[in-house]
Amino acid sequence: MTDIITKSPALQTTPLATDIPVWRVRLRLLWRGIRTNVALFTENPIGLVGLAIIVVFASLIVIHPILMKSVWDRNVYDPVLGIDLAIPFHPAPPSPEHLLGTDPLGRDVLSQLMHGTRSAFILGSLAAIVNFIVATTIGAIAAYFSGVVDSIFMRIADLVLMMPVITILIVLGSLLNLEMLHLAIVIGILSGLGGTTIIIKSQALTIKVRTYIEAARVAGGNDFHIIFKHIVPNLLPLSFLYMTFTVSAAIAIEAVLSFFGILNIRMSWGVMIHTTQYAGYLLDMSKWWLIFPSSVSISLLTAAFYLVGRALDEIVNPRLRKR
Amino acid sequence: MAAKISQMNINNPENRSALITESDETIVKVEGLKKLFPLTTGMFKRSTSFIHAVDDVDFYIREGESLGLVGESGSGKTTVGKLLVRLLEPTNGHIRMLLDVADQDIARLRGRSLKRFRWHVQMIFQDPYESLNPRRTIFDTVSEPLSVQGIGDIAQREDRVAELLTMVGLAPAETFMFRFPHELSGGQRQRIAIARALIVSPSFVVADEPTSMLDVSIRTGVMNLMRDLADQLGVTYLYITHDLAVARYMTERLAVMYLGKIVEMGETEDVLANPLHPYTRALLSAVPVPDPTLKREPPNIKGSIAKAIDPIPRCRFYDRCPLASRVCEDNDHPPLEEKGPDHWTACYMV
Ligand SMILES: Nc1ncnc2c1ncn2[C@@H]1O[C@H](COP(=O)(O)OP(=O)(O)O)[C@@H](O)[C@H]1O
Ligand code: SF4
Ligand SMILES: [Mg+2]
Repeated sequence: MTDIITKSPALQTTPLATDIPVWRVRLRLLWRGIRTNVALFTENPIGLVGLAIIVVFASLIVIHPILMKSVWDRNVYDPVLGIDLAIPFHPAPPSPEHLLGTDPLGRDVLSQLMHGTRSAFILGSLAAIVNFIVATTIGAIAAYFSGVVDSIFMRIADLVLMMPVITILIVLGSLLNLEMLHLAIVIGILSGLGGTTIIIKSQALTIKVRTYIEAARVAGGNDFHIIFKHIVPNLLPLSFLYMTFTVSAAIAIEAVLSFFGILNIRMSWGVMIHTTQYAGYLLDMSKWWLIFPSSVSISLLTAAFYLVGRALDEIVNPRLRKR
Repeated sequence: MAAKISQMNINNPENRSALITESDETIVKVEGLKKLFPLTTGMFKRSTSFIHAVDDVDFYIREGESLGLVGESGSGKTTVGKLLVRLLEPTNGHIRMLLDVADQDIARLRGRSLKRFRWHVQMIFQDPYESLNPRRTIFDTVSEPLSVQGIGDIAQREDRVAELLTMVGLAPAETFMFRFPHELSGGQRQRIAIARALIVSPSFVVADEPTSMLDVSIRTGVMNLMRDLADQLGVTYLYITHDLAVARYMTERLAVMYLGKIVEMGETEDVLANPLHPYTRALLSAVPVPDPTLKREPPNIKGSIAKAIDPIPRCRFYDRCPLASRVCEDNDHPPLEEKGPDHWTACYMV
């Protein structure tokens, strides 16, 4: 058998032998798939800009605990409980000790910003994962079964689309004790049940009618097998795309809700704006270091995830794909 | 082969009993098979019109032979194929098969027995670019019938897939196992589809125009492969095609379909040499004749095939038939009658 492989030049490119375990082969295939997609992604400057911004913010998350353990005194620099007693009046403008100044309660703004980045990433990814699970499962199931199941989910989707999400969350937030985890789940479910489900479902409808679905049925596959082994894998690219949009939405929504002070979150970019507003400095441009770091970060990071989403869209979306 | 499968099927070695012993036995018998597709007019309206895709069809297939199903596009060939593999549920009629799910009407199988039925009856689809999931490797695709039926462990499935790939001419198998469909040519893909259909050693396979989407240059190779495998494994085919030359090459018996009806059926050579039905004659005159000295009447049918939407109760071929007369209009579609030894046709004027 190996003779044939070495004799035929066309076959030498795939040196797969049976003694390699299946999982190794699969890992290699996965890696190859990732590599080609990364290559496609890097062709697009928009996506790279977005990714660069995300990487910069992500590095803040890594640096913060290191700074807290080494150069920053916890009593002074703790984002929630710290206070710099050496400065008589807060908020103090940027200085060598506090590169972005201090907030009205005497806490270091840079430290808050870094800590808030972590909150933004955690919230965003949790919401995106919930969105992914809800939208992909429901989209695939609604498309596959159609009929009554589909009608029910689509009416729910219409309802969710019509609902003013922010208003509902404000009501929920004032009634309940909304923490970050709850917020992420609620945002994930609402975005997952609404627009994303409809888009994923329409994609699933085009997959459902492909002949390989019939072939899987003839092979003996049941509904579960067909949905999760055939339909869902073909939905993943689109699902990943909508995850990035959910991250953006979640960060923006958190900022709005925290601004109203109705979330039980100790530190986030939204909380920073809320503190500024609460102390009456919101429109005071002479205290610019209070409002700008957080609001610029919110804009930058939501834009960054959106840009990455657009770039993914060009890879994933057959209508936009260049080849 | 049978030994191989029973060795792999550790849990139920007795699953695959050899019910089919006599070579002249009928493996498939179809009676009054009917499939209507409702024409949906609105979301909540009940549809009142139906496409009679397959309309009261009877035929049988003997074990080991291939029955060809020919006819223009839209005549209902694919629908018959899908009914026989139970991708569609018949509106009416009975399907009997000589399998170990025997004594049951295939048309009404459900649940476990339907899954068991899929052990024995498989299908090869027309378009190999559509019938393989682009996100699954060749191994995943070919081993799918084994994995969904829970036959064998991973190592055994790998061996079995390698065996099948070699059988369909994709050797060395290891170089194909973990590729994706887009890396293969149309002919190679169709060989993959054949391997997937044969991996459970089915008794009966529906092949729906398996070479019509392939380059002309490689068609013969795939057809020869299917014939060889049928001989080797004792597979019975329902071979669907719109090409009479292909039907002649691939099949022993032939059924000609027109608008959901079988209009002529018999030994392939007999039907082609001595066509009785006006539609079969017209089909034959449209085929290029390799022998230039052979004279044939010019094609004598007008118009093209329509859809059988709520058809008028008269001969389906009436509008296009050169022999049409009063009796064809006044009576319902003619019944299939034996006009020669095992040569059946449905026409009042023959
Ligand atoms: N799923 C379906 N729904 C509605 N009509 C269908 C469906 N499948 C086939 N038909 C109709 O049934 C008739 C026969 O189709 P088909 O079996 O595909 O013919 P063939 O394979 O001979 O070309 C056609 O008129 C076609 O439009
Ligand atoms: S029954 Fe009449 S209309 Fe129909 S095929 Fe025969 S001759 Fe033609
Ligand atoms: Mg067809």
